[in-house]
Amino acid sequence: MAVDTLAVTGLKVSIQGDEGTARILDHIRLHLAPGRILGVVGESGCGKSTLIRAILGILPEGARVEAGEVMFEGENLLAFSEAELNRNVRGSRISFIPQDPYLALNPLFTIGQQLTETLRWHAPALRSNAQRRARLVELLRRVQLPDAEGALDRYPHQFSGGQRQRLLIAAALACSPRLVIADEPTTALDVTTQQQILVLLRELVTEFGLSMLFVTHDLGVVAELCDAVCVIYSGQTVESGPTAPLLKAPLHPYTRALLGCHPERSEGFAGIPGAVPSPLRAPPGCRFAPRCAHARPACSARAPHLLTPEPGRQVDCILYEQDTVPA
Amino acid sequence: MLILRKFARDLPAMLGLGIVLVVVFLAIFGPWLAPYPQDAFQSHLLQRLKPPSAAFPFGTDNLGRDILSRVILGARGALKVALAVVGAAMAIGVPLGLLAGYTRGFVSELIMRVTDVFLALPQLILALALAQLLGASTESAMLALALTYWPYFTRIVQAETRRLSASLFVDALQGLGAGTWRILLLHILPNALSPVIVRATIGLGFTILVAAVLGFLGMGATPPDPDWGLAVAQSRTYLPGAWWFATFPGLAILVAVLGFNLLGDGLRDIADPRLRRSR
Amino acid sequence: MTSMLEVRDLSVHLGGRRRWLRRSVPPVRAVREVNLDLRPGEILGVVGESGCGKTTLGRTILGLQREAAGEIRLEGRSVGGLAPREARQARAAIQYVHQDAGAALDPWWSLGRTLEEALLIHGVTAAAERRERVDAILAAVGLDATVRPRYPHELSGGQLRRVALARILVLRPKIVILDEPTSGLDMSVQAAVLNLLLDLRRRFGLSYLFISHDLSVVRRLCDRVAVMYLGRVVELAPAETLFAAPLHPYTRTLLAAAPSLDPSTRPATAALQGEPPSAARLPPGCAFAARCPHAAPRCRSEDPPLEHADDGRQVACHRWRDLPGHSVPGAVSTAQLAAHS
Repeated sequence: MAVDTLAVTGLKVSIQGDEGTARILDHIRLHLAPGRILGVVGESGCGKSTLIRAILGILPEGARVEAGEVMFEGENLLAFSEAELNRNVRGSRISFIPQDPYLALNPLFTIGQQLTETLRWHAPALRSNAQRRARLVELLRRVQLPDAEGALDRYPHQFSGGQRQRLLIAAALACSPRLVIADEPTTALDVTTQQQILVLLRELVTEFGLSMLFVTHDLGVVAELCDAVCVIYSGQTVESGPTAPLLKAPLHPYTRALLGCHPERSEGFAGIPGAVPSPLRAPPGCRFAPRCAHARPACSARAPHLLTPEPGRQVDCILYEQDTVPA
Repeated sequence: MLILRKFARDLPAMLGLGIVLVVVFLAIFGPWLAPYPQDAFQSHLLQRLKPPSAAFPFGTDNLGRDILSRVILGARGALKVALAVVGAAMAIGVPLGLLAGYTRGFVSELIMRVTDVFLALPQLILALALAQLLGASTESAMLALALTYWPYFTRIVQAETRRLSASLFVDALQGLGAGTWRILLLHILPNALSPVIVRATIGLGFTILVAAVLGFLGMGATPPDPDWGLAVAQSRTYLPGAWWFATFPGLAILVAVLGFNLLGDGLRDIADPRLRRSR
Repeated sequence: MTSMLEVRDLSVHLGGRRRWLRRSVPPVRAVREVNLDLRPGEILGVVGESGCGKTTLGRTILGLQREAAGEIRLEGRSVGGLAPREARQARAAIQYVHQDAGAALDPWWSLGRTLEEALLIHGVTAAAERRERVDAILAAVGLDATVRPRYPHELSGGQLRRVALARILVLRPKIVILDEPTSGLDMSVQAAVLNLLLDLRRRFGLSYLFISHDLSVVRRLCDRVAVMYLGRVVELAPAETLFAAPLHPYTRTLLAAAPSLDPSTRPATAALQGEPPSAARLPPGCAFAARCPHAAPRCRSEDPPLEHADDGRQVACHRWRDLPGHSVPGAVSTAQLAAHS
């Protein structure tokens, strides 16, 4: 089997704050195979954005990686220096599509000025501005932006939300990356625009031979787009596997509860009782245990072993160790 | 209390607060604290221009009065002027700002244009002109300063009110059927107040400075008042020799202005409702 | 059955003004000739994409926005044509919950004070009565008196929705306009909030106008659904029929675009191309014609009226009778794309 484009194992990140040390990521495990789209799903506060920052090496001040590996095409990114990351990884081999297309562009510069800048840094093969512009026009056409030539001389506010997201996708592709990390890129968009963007992303992944880490809270979007899913609860990977079987028959009690809240699946809008624990006072062992209907004393005592109940699927839950899975 | 803890960690602000408290303390208890309280008015020509000594730590002035006592007694006058000026400026500026910010059209435009005209007037020039007109006195200086300071409050309050009246919580109140006065006085005003308090604190220091300048130019306090600016003006003639005569009243002005400015800056940093906690 | 609320030919114009010594700005026709009925105890969904006028419609019914034309009747009484202040007095039985519940609260006021303020505005002067009514409603929305001394920023998104509901429920409204009540909430919190909405409807005999862009929520919660496109209602039908067999081409594309947990079960319809035209420069004829796969020449010249179809459905389309029952042949959906990779 080919080397995973991205493999994160045992990642622990803590942040030193005013009120003590919070372990934001407790154990994160994810594997993204080449040419695939992996959905990272979790509710607010689960550590999704810290995970992205840890992969890109842009953790905020006070944050520290305590343990774990972030392997990108066989190299551990955590061992790279800041200069190496800037030169060879960020913006070139790994690029990023942000959540809010309104905030990610500088309103004072034209699109052309902002995008050629990136190419100047990361694509030295393109020597002149004319070459860079030609490359950008080609990309903007590919992301189906109307009037691709004219777009370079316009300002961000002259585009709609969907068009701005297309611009950012083009920008992310400009330096032929191997991995694209997308942080909820369709959350701010209307459904019909969202659908257009999802179709586009799928096409681009196939066409450019990319791998994509797609971070979202929307299980419907995951079902539409992703090949595999990794579910995170309060900084812990609880379950991962191929999309269709995982959504059809979730294994971990949290994944089950989460899917049970989805309007398409829910019986009576029960919700999940309780609240996500603060990472300052997280229980040891499984962090979902205090809210879990099937919890037993062992759950809060130690971390569960990783289990593979079915080929390709992984779950971190003590219930599966003892083979006492609730129906 | 988070707000106090955060403030307590801000060293310059705490220094500012300390200075302001000292100035206020001196202003209230000055007559009991000054070693020679009667030196506000009495002169002792036999001991004129004595350098600092144990009996007169800041030395004496051209009329033989204890400079330390006069610096202490001067605090009350300086603070009184500053409070009156800033208070009057707020009384004019804040309601006008609320009105201009909440209404649209002619009234709002009119208020803001008049504000601009007053902002364009140089403060000192107007003060000098008024002093000429009404005679040099602390009162005419105060009137002139208040007349030039209110537009700053109008501007701040207008901008804040405009921002707040577009905010969702005002919209929600209108949806509940709340009246204009309730929204304006109970919701918009308190929310707009933090920048006003910051401005007012800095304004107190600034007014002390400008009042001292007017005193220096002979357009404010009149002798024999123990005024800091006046003292610096009187000391000019004796300067190379009697350095203490100018230095100590000058330092008093500097420290007081600095104190209010540091405190104002510190308050600006904590003027955030999210620091409010129920417990 | 009499309606709680009737909206007849309602049009709303936004933003146009005559300016002093400058060129006047023509208004945007945000809502155009909308007809709606809200029945007692009903949840009427209003769906559409951003800029379709659904929020403006809600605000106009509430009274914060003045209508340009049309009639609003509350329990048979005409309450239209009023300035905002009077409109709010005449329509005290209608209340509104903002999309961003946290921002709709004064950040300097404790929640207890905010909750009692609503009663104070409506003339409840006795402090004991205010306290009692607020406590009763807090219990009804699943909070308790411990939130009283707290400030908005100290609460979670789900708790803030509950506070927002409590704030208007103390006024004993009959109709509640819910503007995107679940946007920005996590799935598990959203489920609890929807559950609460159903519970409150039963307990207080409320009718909801449920403004949302989340079709899966609307499908689960609403009795009837109105679909808006650029200021007009293009289709209005019972939720079940609308989702099972949409009539208007826009409704079809909208439903097909909504992500689903099981994409294979959804009918494949072509992804809608392009974006809606600006409401400030509406084309003549049907506003959807430029993006509609079935547009005929007539659609570009003549705006179709909302007409009654079978079983209580209404649709504004010249061609709804001619359209195929289900999927459009040759169309590619995201589901199929995901399938081949």
